Amino acid sequence: MGSINRADLAAGLVFVIIGAVFGLTSLGLDMGSTLRMGPGYFPMLLSVLLVLLGGAICFNSFRQMHIAVEPYAWRGMVFILGAPVFFGLTVRGLGFVPSIFLTTLLAAFAGLKLRPLQAVLLAVAVTLFCTLVFSVALGLPFRRFGPWLSVVGV
Amino acid sequence: MDLFSNLALGFATAASPENLLFCLIGVILGTLIGVLPGIGATATIAMLLPITFQLEPVSSLIMLAGIYYGAQYGGSTTAILINMPGESSSAVTAIDGYQLARQGKAGTALAVAALGSFFAGTVATVLVAVFAPPLTVIALKFGAAEYFALMLLGLVSAIALAHGSILKALAMVVLGLLLGVVGTDIYTGTPRFTFGITAFADGLSFVALAVGLFGIAEILRNLEGEQDRTILGAKLGSLFPSKADLKAMVAPMLRGTALGSAFGILPGGGAVLASFASYTMEKRLSDHPEEFGKGAIAGVAGPESANNAGAQTSFIPLLTLGIPANPVMALMVGAMIIQGIVPGPNVATDQPALFWGIIASMWIGNLMLIVLNLPLIGVWVKLLKVPYHLLFPIIMAFCSIGVYSVNSNVYDLYAVAGFGLLGYILLKLRCEPAPLLLGFVLGPLLEENLRRAMILGRGDPTVFLTRPISATLLALTVIVLVVVLMPSVGKKRAEVFTESD
Repeated sequence: MGSINRADLAAGLVFVIIGAVFGLTSLGLDMGSTLRMGPGYFPMLLSVLLVLLGGAICFNSFRQMHIAVEPYAWRGMVFILGAPVFFGLTVRGLGFVPSIFLTTLLAAFAGLKLRPLQAVLLAVAVTLFCTLVFSVALGLPFRRFGPWLSVVGV
Repeated sequence: MDLFSNLALGFATAASPENLLFCLIGVILGTLIGVLPGIGATATIAMLLPITFQLEPVSSLIMLAGIYYGAQYGGSTTAILINMPGESSSAVTAIDGYQLARQGKAGTALAVAALGSFFAGTVATVLVAVFAPPLTVIALKFGAAEYFALMLLGLVSAIALAHGSILKALAMVVLGLLLGVVGTDIYTGTPRFTFGITAFADGLSFVALAVGLFGIAEILRNLEGEQDRTILGAKLGSLFPSKADLKAMVAPMLRGTALGSAFGILPGGGAVLASFASYTMEKRLSDHPEEFGKGAIAGVAGPESANNAGAQTSFIPLLTLGIPANPVMALMVGAMIIQGIVPGPNVATDQPALFWGIIASMWIGNLMLIVLNLPLIGVWVKLLKVPYHLLFPIIMAFCSIGVYSVNSNVYDLYAVAGFGLLGYILLKLRCEPAPLLLGFVLGPLLEENLRRAMILGRGDPTVFLTRPISATLLALTVIVLVVVLMPSVGKKRAEVFTESD
């Protein structure tokens, strides 16, 4: 007793902050009346509720046992979260084939166990498979090689 | 009889070569991803969701349902073979199943699990077919106030059955509801919380949310401590249970099916509760309770049947009321909406082929699972040996393509990364993502019905209390909330869920 459950405290704060952001944004929307609720009514109700719940979670966190903080997957976060973003940035410009190859390669670096050569081989295999399945067989309207490559003259 | 002509229509739809093929693909893909340890049914479906959108609505939903059963089956396989349940509903299977595997009877355990699931699935399919139509008739009488009350009840019950702190689960529901209202207001056309990004005017992408929150957050969690899994080197043993084993499994299977069917209809993921209840019951009824935890056949047959029956009957609230009972059903709702189908009582009357086709495909899917997967078990075991560091780049590639293919919208890909980060942080803060997903799906419906009810009730909030059905549902909601917030119940609840971890 007397210690703080930091995970709960942080969770509570996250909820309070998100609730506050939504609540403040709702202020700019028409509330309407209980009879004809405007676009801001329901979100405002929820925002207040979320702030209250977040506050209660914070309050409770002071009366609980401390839980050891686990390690975060920092490396994983950079590469795994980066992969879809990279795909989004390049799929139109580079085209589907090079983009998915690089995306897979990027994701492969999230772990420590894959050697570079293995990663490249894996990316090649995934690219081949995905191109055959999604582009050729399912016929999704992806441009296989994009305009960026023709500028470079490849 | 109506039931038979309906079922005939259903089987005619589900048994068309095309739909059979998609059901098969769904079942295989579901098992394939489901056996990957640490990836539960919800994450599996979330990741495979985009693939199904290229299909016709019926085929797509049949394939999704197939993925669901397949993933569950895969979860039981990992539970038995490596003591790593993909999700909490197969956690109970792991207790005795893994012990059986260690005694060299892995084949028996797998066969018992599969047979139990198939039997339960068959019974539950019939139950769905019998009970869904009368319920839709009742549901058609529901007005806005009743729907609002029913959804509140569903959300609150979902919290009661979630892991961990009630307060956090409540907050997650509210956060989900808030995320659900992002986009253009249906009544006035006002953009809300879009922060000037036009891509968000149609609301946040459901697929991006599901893939990020469940798929990517789970990958990140698995990457925290990269370690090799120990896979049982021992032989599978015979796949065919002996006569004694068969005799030992019949009664637990029957009881498990009954329990599971009843629990499955409850909102909030009754399948988990059902498998726990079944295990406890079998242990109490058994002549040899000391065998439980050391490889009792009944400890596998009962919970597996309960689990599968529950998984099946949880389609009842979805098909009749359009209200998801658990996160998987929330994914189905999202899929239906993307396909242009409004889930609810009208589906049965407006699109009978779709409605009955899905029901019939449940049984076909279960049949395929047992016919295909028992012989294929060797393949799944080999898959377990594929190292994780080879798998997640492949999964990431599929997720990226899948999410992008839905709308060809690059913002959805950024949203996936955003939701992945949010999901991971929330996981680290010990907040379960399932209530958030339910809130997200129900958010727009809840708001619409609240506003409609208020207009119909002339701005008087007592409209929810003067209508009997709505008042009853709200009373139930309050009771559930009070019960789960009671300290003594809280303690019990914590015990049940720590057992599953």
